[in-house]
Amino acid sequence: MSASLLAQTEKITPPSIEYSSLSPLLIVFVVALIGVLVDAFAQREARRVIQPVLAAGGFIAAFVAVAVLHGRHALLAANAVAIDAPALFMQGTILVFALLSVLLVAERQLDSAGGAIVASAAITPGPKGSTAARTSADMQTEAYPLMVFSVTGMMLFVASNNLLVMFVALEILSLPLYLLAGLARRRRLLSQEAAMKYFLLGAFSSAFFLYGLAFAYGYAGSVELGKIATAVGTTGRTDAYLYLAVGLIAVGLFFKIGAVPFHSWTPDVYQGSPTPVTAFMAAGTKVAAFGAILRVFYIAFGPLRWDWRPVLWTVAILTMVVGAVLALTQRDIKRMLAYSAIAHAGFLLVGLAGTNTDGLRGAMFYLVTYGFTTIAAFAVISLVRTSDGEASDLSQWRGLGRTSPLLAGVFSFLLMALAGIPLTSGFTGKFAVFQAAIEGDATPLVVVALVCSAIAAFFYVRVIVLMFFSEPLADGPVVITRPTLTFATAGIGTLATLVLGVAPQPLLDLANTAASSGFVR
Amino acid sequence: MNSVPWLTILLLVPAVAAVVVAALPRRLATQAKQLTLAVTLVVLVLAVLATFAYHPNRAGFQFAQRYDWIPTFGISYAVGADGISLVLILLTALLVPVVVLSSWDEFDSEPDGPSGPSGPSDGVVPGDGGGSGPGGDPGTGGGGTAVLVAAPPAPVVDAAAAPRRSVPVFCALLLVLEAGLVGVFAATDVFLFYVFFEAILIPMYFLIGSFGPAGQQAQRSYAAVKFLIYSLLGGLLMLAAVIGLYVVSAEQLGSGTFDFALLRQLDITPGVQKLLFLGFFVAFAIKAPLFPFHTWLPDAGAQAPVGGAVLLVGLLDKVGTFGLIRYCIPLFPDASDYFAPLVLALAIIGIFYGALLAIGQRDMKRLVSYTSLAHFGFIALGLFAFTSQAGTGAVLYMVNHGLSTGLLFLVVGFLIARRGTADIGAYGGLAKVTPVLAGTMLVAGLSSLALPGTNSFVSEFLVLVGTFTYNKALAIVATAGIVLAAIYVLSLYQRTMTGPITHEANRTLPDLSWREKAVVAPMIALIIGLGVYPKPLIDIVRPTVTATYTDVGKSDPAPTHPVTVQPGGRS
Repeated sequence: MSASLLAQTEKITPPSIEYSSLSPLLIVFVVALIGVLVDAFAQREARRVIQPVLAAGGFIAAFVAVAVLHGRHALLAANAVAIDAPALFMQGTILVFALLSVLLVAERQLDSAGGAIVASAAITPGPKGSTAARTSADMQTEAYPLMVFSVTGMMLFVASNNLLVMFVALEILSLPLYLLAGLARRRRLLSQEAAMKYFLLGAFSSAFFLYGLAFAYGYAGSVELGKIATAVGTTGRTDAYLYLAVGLIAVGLFFKIGAVPFHSWTPDVYQGSPTPVTAFMAAGTKVAAFGAILRVFYIAFGPLRWDWRPVLWTVAILTMVVGAVLALTQRDIKRMLAYSAIAHAGFLLVGLAGTNTDGLRGAMFYLVTYGFTTIAAFAVISLVRTSDGEASDLSQWRGLGRTSPLLAGVFSFLLMALAGIPLTSGFTGKFAVFQAAIEGDATPLVVVALVCSAIAAFFYVRVIVLMFFSEPLADGPVVITRPTLTFATAGIGTLATLVLGVAPQPLLDLANTAASSGFVR
Repeated sequence: MNSVPWLTILLLVPAVAAVVVAALPRRLATQAKQLTLAVTLVVLVLAVLATFAYHPNRAGFQFAQRYDWIPTFGISYAVGADGISLVLILLTALLVPVVVLSSWDEFDSEPDGPSGPSGPSDGVVPGDGGGSGPGGDPGTGGGGTAVLVAAPPAPVVDAAAAPRRSVPVFCALLLVLEAGLVGVFAATDVFLFYVFFEAILIPMYFLIGSFGPAGQQAQRSYAAVKFLIYSLLGGLLMLAAVIGLYVVSAEQLGSGTFDFALLRQLDITPGVQKLLFLGFFVAFAIKAPLFPFHTWLPDAGAQAPVGGAVLLVGLLDKVGTFGLIRYCIPLFPDASDYFAPLVLALAIIGIFYGALLAIGQRDMKRLVSYTSLAHFGFIALGLFAFTSQAGTGAVLYMVNHGLSTGLLFLVVGFLIARRGTADIGAYGGLAKVTPVLAGTMLVAGLSSLALPGTNSFVSEFLVLVGTFTYNKALAIVATAGIVLAAIYVLSLYQRTMTGPITHEANRTLPDLSWREKAVVAPMIALIIGLGVYPKPLIDIVRPTVTATYTDVGKSDPAPTHPVTVQPGGRS
């Protein structure tokens, strides 16, 4: 069922589908569909229990399936889907982060009305709408199936061996996220603005991707990644198509990771979305998009690496510098973490710039460490509240180290991990990608990255200064220290950050195995 | 005896104790202090025992231990001691209990109502219909003023203006610092060294930021952040060089390693050496600090609590000079040669610049910080003169500077604790009121200016003699720096201790208490003891230093000079 397929298209023989190997994807997809049904038929209160349990159960089952599949190295479903070690590694990662995010969404203790998701997406901004939105004890439970759909897209995104399937996956992962961004209970206007911006810019970038896909097909006569790679230099067609394809597809993918100059949506969307959704986006989407970038650039455009390397260098440098410098000027903590996410995307691109196996290993390891840390950080943010919702303005965090030392200590630790201080996972991750980059002759890039790390350290440290060295506000925020799901998520994320900093070897081994077994072509 | 894992024990004891102490509630302040003191004294005893178990003339690292940590990157937990690291560990073990004892009452005297919690942690609960929340418009544009570190404080709670500072946390930070310092000096894996190098920043950062002088919050934050950012920047440059070394080792040895002994055998091309050298050197020059990288030190020194300042200048900064002789010179001999003129020039500038600025200071803590800049100039001079006398002298200088400047900082701290100000103008004529304190300051000062008979003389003399055989002009110029040292030390003493008592408040100052005497007594004993009989220390240090220089092909130009080191025989 390999190369002869194209010739057989007239007969349209249905490709054989290896259901067992696709089981993680299928489980999550079915769970999403059940979720839609549950939302249609179950009682309002019952939904709020069934949905999160269903979603979490689905993620756990899919994770088990991923674990069972380890070692598979095959192209499935008419070469459309690749199940190989990197794909499985990233699918597993996405599932873990999705599970943690569901815990955050399911939180009902934090807001007086019970949760970060609005009662109804139709509630408009404005005085009347705000009151209704705040006081209703209900929530739009479609958020759960939407999340699960998005996870399906992410899992397919990292496993697609075919640009068309990749595009479909991109849409499956993005569309639910556009909706989720607009579901914040508080600050509806900001949330809807975020959803709108994300949607418009996202649609635009998808169009770029699709356009690039068309050029790739025009050049190679196929949308399969492996065939594009073989076509490079062997087809008689002009290389202009190929370069256009690389550029346009890169725009689409860079948009998803928030690389400069395609980053402008990131701060607004991170700030406006409900915090659990922000956490999900920050961790999950980044893994998915990097998985796709790695696959496309390592396989399809691998033979071209000397052509795209300068572009990648430029984008990486811009991303790191812009992310780190603009984060300095932020006064909203979610926006600050958004710019920090941009800077981290830059660091990840540095690992990619090494274009070697070590780079793949480093990037995969980094994605895991970053995801845990960032989910925990957003969880902590949602624990610090005023009567007006989350205390997202930095000035409200003043003196928190005095009033609630545990939370401030945990948050400081997470910030140090993001800054890359040794003995945190952030440092190990940075080390892994920088080592790959130096080994791949990208030393200047690493020096820039290190300077940017120092700049970035400044704004992380600024928050620590604010929390520990400033006097508390008279009407400062309240920290929720009840044992809640959010609390647990923050704890898990922090623990992972510590463990991966002190004893990273098991995960490194895993990433190493995955990277050295490589992509299936 | 060598099977005892001395270094791991020395590292673990304070680290474990730190966790225990940090877990103590605030009200058990006294117990926390007692426990900390006991632990640090145990560490001191262990360090002394380890010194007796050490064989000075045996080559290589002793008490060595090695376990894989992250095999993927060739990283291991590897520790070992040579003469240089051993004396610095000893210094660490000595200074930390001294600091604990000297800081005993530091946070007891702060005004605070025992019943008043330090913040609105409990009372405020935002009701649903509560008043308008703070924050104003959180619009996406966010065009308002950014929150800056040094921004004027927003309205704060009056009751929290004089916050209680947690003594257990303070003690835990000291213990973490001690563990980290032992780790830095003991690590024989470059990666492990880097980890400790960065890890000791964090406790110091909090010591400055949270426990510095009360009422100077903006300056404290500024100093703490400046310290951290400077050090992090240096550290990150070093990280680039560390990874670079790893990649070179991967090319030459087949698999990458961070093992110092293996890295030493690499044959690195001069061009690469220069880059890697610079990465390490800038980090160490910031840490030490050498002349153009020093601007964080006066701020940090002035804003740290006195105990923190002693550790900062006495120990943390030694990590920089230690790094120069442990890593820069042996790993990059060609580059060290190439950059030696630059380093020596910076060292000479530092000697004069630091001394001149010290003379001009009004704040005693800043003054002592600037004197350190001058002293670090001497140390760098000795290290890069590439003779075993100068090198031995420089290592001794590290120890002696820790003792003399440490004592000077302690005395200054005693003064500040009595009068509440570091301004020299607030003192004068104290020798009549507090003779013991004045005498202690004199001893510390004389040691600082390297009076014969004090410890510093031996090291400074060795540095200058060693430098003389390397380059006469440099040695002569540097000698002039001693004159400046006399000026800053004596003028400090004169302005604070002699003359008439100009402020009424000074008439009733108490002299040193028994606790304070117990703090200074061992320091004074060592200052004089090592001044008269430095041989034990030299015996430990000298073989290592000689081996370091010999390994990189630097033999002493001794045959043309009759100067030989006669420890103790300087009369």
